[in-house]
Amino acid sequence: MSGRDHTKGSGTTWVGRPIRRFEDPALVSGRGRFTADLPATHHLRFVRSPVAAGKIGRIAAPDGAQLITAADLEGVKSIVPMLHKFNYRPVGQPVLASDAVRFVGEPIAAVVAASSAAAEDMAERVDLEIEEATPVIDARAALAVGAPRIHAEAPGNVILEGKFKSPDFDTAWKGASKIVKLEARSRRQNATPIEARGGHAACDAATGRVTLICATQMPHLMRTAIADVLGMPEADLRVIAPDVGGGFGQKMSLASEYIVLVWLARKLKSSVAWSEDRRENLIASFHSRDQYVTLEGAFDKTARLIALKADVVANVGAYSCFPTTCGIEPLMAMAEMPGPYDVQHYECQARGVLTNTCTMAPYRGVSRPVITFALERLMDKAAAAFAIDPVDIRRRNLIDKFPYTSAIGLEYDVGSYRETLEMAVKAIDLPAFRARQQQERSKGRHLGIGFATFSERTGYGSPAFAARGMDITPGWETVILTVDPSGFVEARIGASPHGQGLRTTLAQIIADEIGVTPDVIKVVHGDTDHTPYGWGTFASRSLVISGGATLIAARKVRAKLIKIASTMLEAAEGDIILADGVAKIAGTDRVIPIARLAREAYTQTHRFKGEIEPGLIETGTYDPPGTFSNACHVAIVEVDADTGRVVVERYVVAEDAGRLINPMIAEGQVHGGIAQGIGNALLEEIIYDENGSILTANLADYMPPTAREIPPIELHHIETPSVNSITKAKGLGEGGTIGAPAAVLNAINDALAPFGAQIDEMPATPQRIRAALRALGKAA
Amino acid sequence: MTEKTAITLTINGRDHAIEVEPRRILADAIREDCGQTGTHLGCEHGVCGACTVIVDGEPVRSCLMFAVQAEGKKIRTVEGLAQGDKLHPMQQAFMNYHGLQCGFCTPGFLMLGVGVLEREPDICDEELLDVLSSNLCRCTGYQNIIKAVRAAAKEMRGL
Repeated sequence: MSGRDHTKGSGTTWVGRPIRRFEDPALVSGRGRFTADLPATHHLRFVRSPVAAGKIGRIAAPDGAQLITAADLEGVKSIVPMLHKFNYRPVGQPVLASDAVRFVGEPIAAVVAASSAAAEDMAERVDLEIEEATPVIDARAALAVGAPRIHAEAPGNVILEGKFKSPDFDTAWKGASKIVKLEARSRRQNATPIEARGGHAACDAATGRVTLICATQMPHLMRTAIADVLGMPEADLRVIAPDVGGGFGQKMSLASEYIVLVWLARKLKSSVAWSEDRRENLIASFHSRDQYVTLEGAFDKTARLIALKADVVANVGAYSCFPTTCGIEPLMAMAEMPGPYDVQHYECQARGVLTNTCTMAPYRGVSRPVITFALERLMDKAAAAFAIDPVDIRRRNLIDKFPYTSAIGLEYDVGSYRETLEMAVKAIDLPAFRARQQQERSKGRHLGIGFATFSERTGYGSPAFAARGMDITPGWETVILTVDPSGFVEARIGASPHGQGLRTTLAQIIADEIGVTPDVIKVVHGDTDHTPYGWGTFASRSLVISGGATLIAARKVRAKLIKIASTMLEAAEGDIILADGVAKIAGTDRVIPIARLAREAYTQTHRFKGEIEPGLIETGTYDPPGTFSNACHVAIVEVDADTGRVVVERYVVAEDAGRLINPMIAEGQVHGGIAQGIGNALLEEIIYDENGSILTANLADYMPPTAREIPPIELHHIETPSVNSITKAKGLGEGGTIGAPAAVLNAINDALAPFGAQIDEMPATPQRIRAALRALGKAA
Repeated sequence: MTEKTAITLTINGRDHAIEVEPRRILADAIREDCGQTGTHLGCEHGVCGACTVIVDGEPVRSCLMFAVQAEGKKIRTVEGLAQGDKLHPMQQAFMNYHGLQCGFCTPGFLMLGVGVLEREPDICDEELLDVLSSNLCRCTGYQNIIKAVRAAAKEMRGL
């Protein structure tokens, strides 16, 4: 689909049109403004721990080096993220390691120099004496009796534990005809935005106020958090998220590096910059996904899942991330585990386990790529156990009545699980594939098909976060919408897009509501001085929540424009139509430009006799309960049994994200998510050796997918409007990443079925596939 | 660390007289010494290709070339693609086909695409896919980048 011009015929809406993005002209011209583009007087390089566990002894700086250590940061607090439930043990992270080091890459000191190269040279000459201790890298090893304890506050290395068991679970379990068990393992991944992290802090010597420009997804909360840790007034800190080169969750957590930048800028009354290099990003930014998931499904004799038992062990790394805490992965796994399946008997234990590895933080999909992978593997295994088709077992188990309340109490507003499954089955032409699969098998080629059906909870409001007991409970968004006296429109938003195209989609929503063209609307974001407090952009929330707040503000502006027009045109409010840049009396040719109404709102207020407040500035705030998108993904793969290489040949998606505001942007989000999901399924893995050193510290070793590994993606949409979203849009930023690992792993297993080999671990690398075949003696 | 050398870099037809250490990579010189920040650095290992520029007609990773090696060569960066207000067909195609999201890798992809198509205007789709797999994008899943470059290729052949 190609983007269209910013013109439309009268009578149609802007919403629903694939218009080109307003973000793009600057970005394709090299005029984007990213953090690392800013010059600074001073540059920082962090000295990081080379060992996974130990006690810091002496830190010796070379002559002439300006070195900052924990000892310098007097009065600076530790980062202590907090949950009030689930037996959470708060553990603190010093901004710079002061006594113990707990993972390779943990910042211990910072070197200041006039250039980043000079700082790097100097940092390499800093001499660290660390008394090494035995690290623990794997979550199950960390749970073992006698394992080294990472934090004194967390005995047994368990930082939190969620438990749930529905009443009558045991009775239901006993009634099963078959129990199917699955041990799934997701290895560790890194979100890998192409722009690594970075910050630039500048102190105004006259006022002492600091402006921190950094690659963040949540500027307002960064401001709150940094001010807290440094004990400074928030008013003295301005945080700007400029153009941000992707985030995918990695840029929403508080980075201790930014705290050091602000502290130092204040101390030096000058500007200080830090640009993370790729090695630092891979070893010491934030990781994700490292989990063991054990599922047991109790099925009745018709292959209906009647009870589900889950055990989730999430390796959360060395510290808890702020603001979500490390509860985000295990607790979301527990809350959303039954996914799209109608099962009312559910038991789950979900633990977060500390290890001597890089801290875990949210990454696109959060837990759902792993639980979907596990659930969908379980369904395929159960289908095999009952000798029925994988599609058939899904037909028998998917939720089909809405609203639906899950065993744990989540309310699914609407969905189209069965419809998207059938749509995908039809698009892929399953019978034709099965015939071709048979033919190719006889020639020694191993094709497989894999299905993944899933729900994607999006647009979480504050009640959803509060259910987790989060000390910081995000959820709502505010938008301030101004029509200025020149007739131009400005929407200042608390969300902080970094590639999602909100400057365009929010303009489409406003344009329809107040009757102007999107090109007179400017969406302003990412600056705590110029935007209302808000939570930023993450968790597939912005279009739902910030879009909802935008619509509320736009409705208020619309009401006021109609009032002004009614006064000026001397017509009833009900007869005024706002469209194509004018207010018009219905059924007549009497019009007045909207720009003129705006001018009057400021400059002719005496005409409104006190009945209309001066100006044209309205605020909207929205805090929805949350809504569920859903999709069915289908992958066709070929597995080379001799080399273990997997090629994804075809990829079909049938998805339902409610009303699509801009289908071009929506499809782009799905494409990108699927590519990351395929990367997670086949290629990407952060590998630690037994000492806790990372073996995958560059992109050639970590291997995000290239254009060669991603097949053409065929998308089909159903638009079931959500009752829990006033724009009727549901979020869809994460769905691609959630569905792809499951679809690809199921396809690989389908291809390997004749060998009897199974892969329940991702990424399914050639080594793992070969090992599975070798274990069966089916491959040399 | 070491003494600086005076060199002149010719970027988009304009000479920049700068002084750099011999170890200074071309990308840093373009960005920091010449102030052309449209070229981005994604990995500094030559893997991601975000820093791709065109040097004497060839797309190169400017993180794998020293600035001193580029003296006397014609360097083109994303800032030089448009003719005044008229975007290059490659830039226009990336906008039309939604070939970018965050935009960080985009300058590298634009220069890669332009460099290859100027050298080989009739490159077939399969070979083009191989070329495009030299750079990394984390947002788009490549679908629309491929469409955009193919559309630009047609447009460029028609010029």
